[in-house]
Amino acid sequence: MSNKLTILQPMRYWWLYFAISVIVIIPGIYSLVIWGLKPSIDFTGGSTIVWHTLIEESALRDIAKSNNITIRELSNLNDTYTLTTNHLTKDAYQQFKAKVIDAKELTYDTVGPSLGAELIQKTFAAVALAATLILLYIAYRFKSLKFGVSAILAMLHDSLVLLGIFSLLGHFRGVEVDTLFVTAVLTILSFSVHDTIVVYDRIRELKKKHGYLDFDEIINRAVVETMGRSINNSLTIIFMLLAMYLMGGETTHWFIFALLIGTISGTYSSTFTAAPLLIAWDKFSHRKK
Amino acid sequence: MKLRRNIFFIVILTALALVIDAPKNFKLANFTLASPTINIGSFKRDLNIRQGLDLQGGTEVTLEANMKDIVASDRSDALDSAKEIIARRVDLYGVAEPSIKTVVSQDTYRILVALPGVTNPEEALALIGQTASLDFYEMPVATDSPTYADLRPTGLTGKDLKKTSVGFNSQNGKPEIKLEFTEDGGKKFGEITSRNIDKPVWILLDGQILTAPTVQQAIMDGKAVINGEYTTQEAKNMVITLNAGALPVPINIIKQQNIAPTLGETSVTDSLKAGAVGLALVALFMIMNYGWLGLIADLGLVIYGLLTLAVYKIVPITITLPGLAGFILSIGMAVDSNILVFERMKEESRKGNDWLGSMELGFGKAWDSIKDANIATLITTFVLFNPFDWNFLNSSGMVRGFALTLFLGIAISLFTGIFITRNLLRAFFIKKL
Repeated sequence: MSNKLTILQPMRYWWLYFAISVIVIIPGIYSLVIWGLKPSIDFTGGSTIVWHTLIEESALRDIAKSNNITIRELSNLNDTYTLTTNHLTKDAYQQFKAKVIDAKELTYDTVGPSLGAELIQKTFAAVALAATLILLYIAYRFKSLKFGVSAILAMLHDSLVLLGIFSLLGHFRGVEVDTLFVTAVLTILSFSVHDTIVVYDRIRELKKKHGYLDFDEIINRAVVETMGRSINNSLTIIFMLLAMYLMGGETTHWFIFALLIGTISGTYSSTFTAAPLLIAWDKFSHRKK
Repeated sequence: MKLRRNIFFIVILTALALVIDAPKNFKLANFTLASPTINIGSFKRDLNIRQGLDLQGGTEVTLEANMKDIVASDRSDALDSAKEIIARRVDLYGVAEPSIKTVVSQDTYRILVALPGVTNPEEALALIGQTASLDFYEMPVATDSPTYADLRPTGLTGKDLKKTSVGFNSQNGKPEIKLEFTEDGGKKFGEITSRNIDKPVWILLDGQILTAPTVQQAIMDGKAVINGEYTTQEAKNMVITLNAGALPVPINIIKQQNIAPTLGETSVTDSLKAGAVGLALVALFMIMNYGWLGLIADLGLVIYGLLTLAVYKIVPITITLPGLAGFILSIGMAVDSNILVFERMKEESRKGNDWLGSMELGFGKAWDSIKDANIATLITTFVLFNPFDWNFLNSSGMVRGFALTLFLGIAISLFTGIFITRNLLRAFFIKKL
């Protein structure tokens, strides 16, 4: 059915958008399955020590060895050493530090082994709870389970993109996943839904106004009409994040990066995953009948 | 007129925020600008920005109490006692704004201690980590002005105390403290009381005198009562502290985070600089895209920033790095409501509506999506903040800080994005006529 009101028909190529998503997600999933994520001590338990000291690396390793400390990782940048070790008790840490005479502590983190499992559990609980509540809310507001489920699928799409990229970063660049990352994932979930709802809201409105149009047609128009807002809004958030990423503190570097990836993926998925999912769902349910 | 009233309200609100936001001791020529100190009844705020540990440095530890040897019904009391004792020690050590919280979930009993600004965390921890010691002292040679040197340990300690509780005197109904000793302790206590009749027995906690009741008679059954002029609350507090000595819960450090102050400082300046640059970019983008509409939106954004800072100071909110990130993200969302409205306005004016009409329609129609979208985000902040302390969710300070700033950001941005910007636009439009 042709309609003179519609100029562009981006949703005609809905399968293409799914293909793009799949191409982005597949390497990430592969990496997730093969290498997994690189957990920080927040998950595994252990100690991270950042010291400023003029000691030689080999000497530092020897001291650690004689103190029965297993160094999992060690890096040195301008005499600032970052060590990741097994979980140290207070005394073990103090003895170690006493032997490295000029060590100036910048940061010291230690996490007992029991806390890690707890964090993983709680993260899953948080994601599940947030997703369920949002699903219920959308299903209620749009009076259709289809909308709720599609929004949640788009949201999972974004978390898969994020997890996949961090799995690859973990394998190739040694980037770790910590409590902050968990926060980033949850934020992105909400951003993704935020964006999707704007598109859905337009669909709902058009459906009310032009009930005579095809479902495809309505979605097409909604997508075209919200595109400008979607891009402009994401650009402002991306500006903020990019500035923070390039200039902000070291502590939040990867946190901001995760938010950046999530924002881009979230913008894409609202238009090119959440909306086409509705079309696919519609087509599939028609075929079944 | 309604519009004039609204604009007046916005101006007053902004001025108020400015006063609250003013830094302390900001010198401008001959004047010193300073935000006031609020002191209304129990509502006291010094209006300083509270910086979290990651910003000002310090140490944060999670302690876990080993409850193996303590009967289930006494466990939460034991944890409270331990908390009390730690708070007391932290006070002695002298930390500006310590935070000491107990977290109980399922079978774990934890105490979260945050000591901002502490430069020697190991020393502070050594002090905290000790098991509390409660000792009974006597003074064999009476003097007129007794000093610590005159006191002698009796060998009776907190370990000999079985239970301490608050009771009420059967005759005058005044609160009193009931002590119950173990069998062994009762014997020792009997000996001590028989040789100290009409003399005080000193009870010391960590070397500090808690109380010094005078012995009235020899007590042989291991059950003693301290009566004095206590209020019920005082008696209760005394019991908690006595129990802290009586129930030495072994405590382990399960998580510790030390941050050097200098590191935090660079992070703050970097993040603030980055935030300023990002904000400037956003402001510029809005002007380029929406012309003077964008300019008004930017003005709304400035008011948003002022209001948020004021709220941070009043609540008060401890600002951490993730919290800062939450704030910055909320700026993005604040701009979003404006963009949604402006895009709507463009559409409406394309349809041939006049300017004022498109504006009102734009705000009206955008409201649905703004509302739904922000509620979804609010749901997430709710889960992240975990306000009811549900066991199965995270309760780490970092995640909570982030959730709280994001929540406030959304709430305030809804107000500025809709109410303030709309009224500013109306005012601007009427002037244009």
